[in-house]
Amino acid sequence: MHRLALVLALLFPVAALAEPMSGYQFMEPATQQLQDDDFLNPAFFLVERGQQLWDGDWPGAPEGAASCRSCHGAPESSMRGVSARYPALDSATGSLVNLELKIQSEIASKLSAEPPQYESADLLALTALVAFQSRGMPMDIPTGENVAGWLARGEEIYTTRRGQLNLSCQNCHGEHWGQKLRGDTISQGHSNAFPIFRLIWDEVGSLHRMFTWCMEAVRAEPYAYGSEEYLALELYLADRGRGLTIESPGVRR
Amino acid sequence: MPATGMRPRPPGFSVDPMTAVSRILAVLLMCLLPLAAKAGDVSSVPLTATQGDPARGQDIIRDTGRASCLICHAISAMPDRDQGTLGPSLDTVATRYSEAELRQRIVDARAVAPDTIMPPYYSNASLVRIGTRWAQSTIYSAQDVEDVVAFLMTLGD
Repeated sequence: MHRLALVLALLFPVAALAEPMSGYQFMEPATQQLQDDDFLNPAFFLVERGQQLWDGDWPGAPEGAASCRSCHGAPESSMRGVSARYPALDSATGSLVNLELKIQSEIASKLSAEPPQYESADLLALTALVAFQSRGMPMDIPTGENVAGWLARGEEIYTTRRGQLNLSCQNCHGEHWGQKLRGDTISQGHSNAFPIFRLIWDEVGSLHRMFTWCMEAVRAEPYAYGSEEYLALELYLADRGRGLTIESPGVRR
Repeated sequence: MPATGMRPRPPGFSVDPMTAVSRILAVLLMCLLPLAAKAGDVSSVPLTATQGDPARGQDIIRDTGRASCLICHAISAMPDRDQGTLGPSLDTVATRYSEAELRQRIVDARAVAPDTIMPPYYSNASLVRIGTRWAQSTIYSAQDVEDVVAFLMTLGD
């Protein structure tokens, strides 16, 4: 009996069994096809809009350094792999930032321009453009003692039962993924396709908007977009989904 | 250093003293239980004076806007598509539970299963960060509970 267990453990290592599954694998084939084709993908306009914003001059920006492009060049090379390492600690401030907050602070500090607001079409577009440069790459945030506190905080938010329905993220996406809530299959709740076009929103949205949607679905008080709570949760999800292929800009139900 | 969890037994005791104390308490509790059922067990008493309406209860449990039964449970006698698989089937549930037991599980299933993922439908006790939109009421009203219980009691053999 022990020998059988050993053989099974060697054949099917725990790591392989625990391999994360993208939300893509829980979608209807028709929804998968929408994401697969850049011409059909209703989130893909974000990448095109993001490219215009990347190339264009920002009002009030210093001459000669008025656009993202003037410092970073083509995003295909300079932004390759960046999204796979986010959210990350900002070396200047020591705070945790995601792509959205990093883009906002770059526009404010380097271009001396008014950054687009969280969840605005322009910020979603720039975020999608940057995230798109890591499409096909595995999520792989750096770990270490400097993010351990943030990860622990994210895990606590993930596992805390909350709201009038008294459910944690973990209750559904960790313990009951694959089962049906009415007609919908519960996914593992990974973050590897944001920003997304969400069919039930009929528009594009960020990961933090998705967090708020989930919080309200369990009748809990949400946190603010860009809040430390959401950033910690985003970091925890990046670690939990480590190795998943980035699909941004994705399509979800 | 004795291993933790293996308390040395004092001489003269045939059982561990803590076990003996808890047994005495259990016997006392069993003697008091009939009193408690009369005085404190709300589940055996309907929450409202109006008798539960099974037809209204059926409307409630299929209403997807109300965090209702069919989201997580299935009832094969109902024609509704896409019933949930998260909780056990409610077929013949009235043969498995009494009216009081069903009422208790809907009011607050944590009373019988502290780690259940079933939401408490008529209690906000010790819930975390309820959204302000919902904090002033429970998921179900008292009459909703009675109507749902009345419908579930129709699910016999």
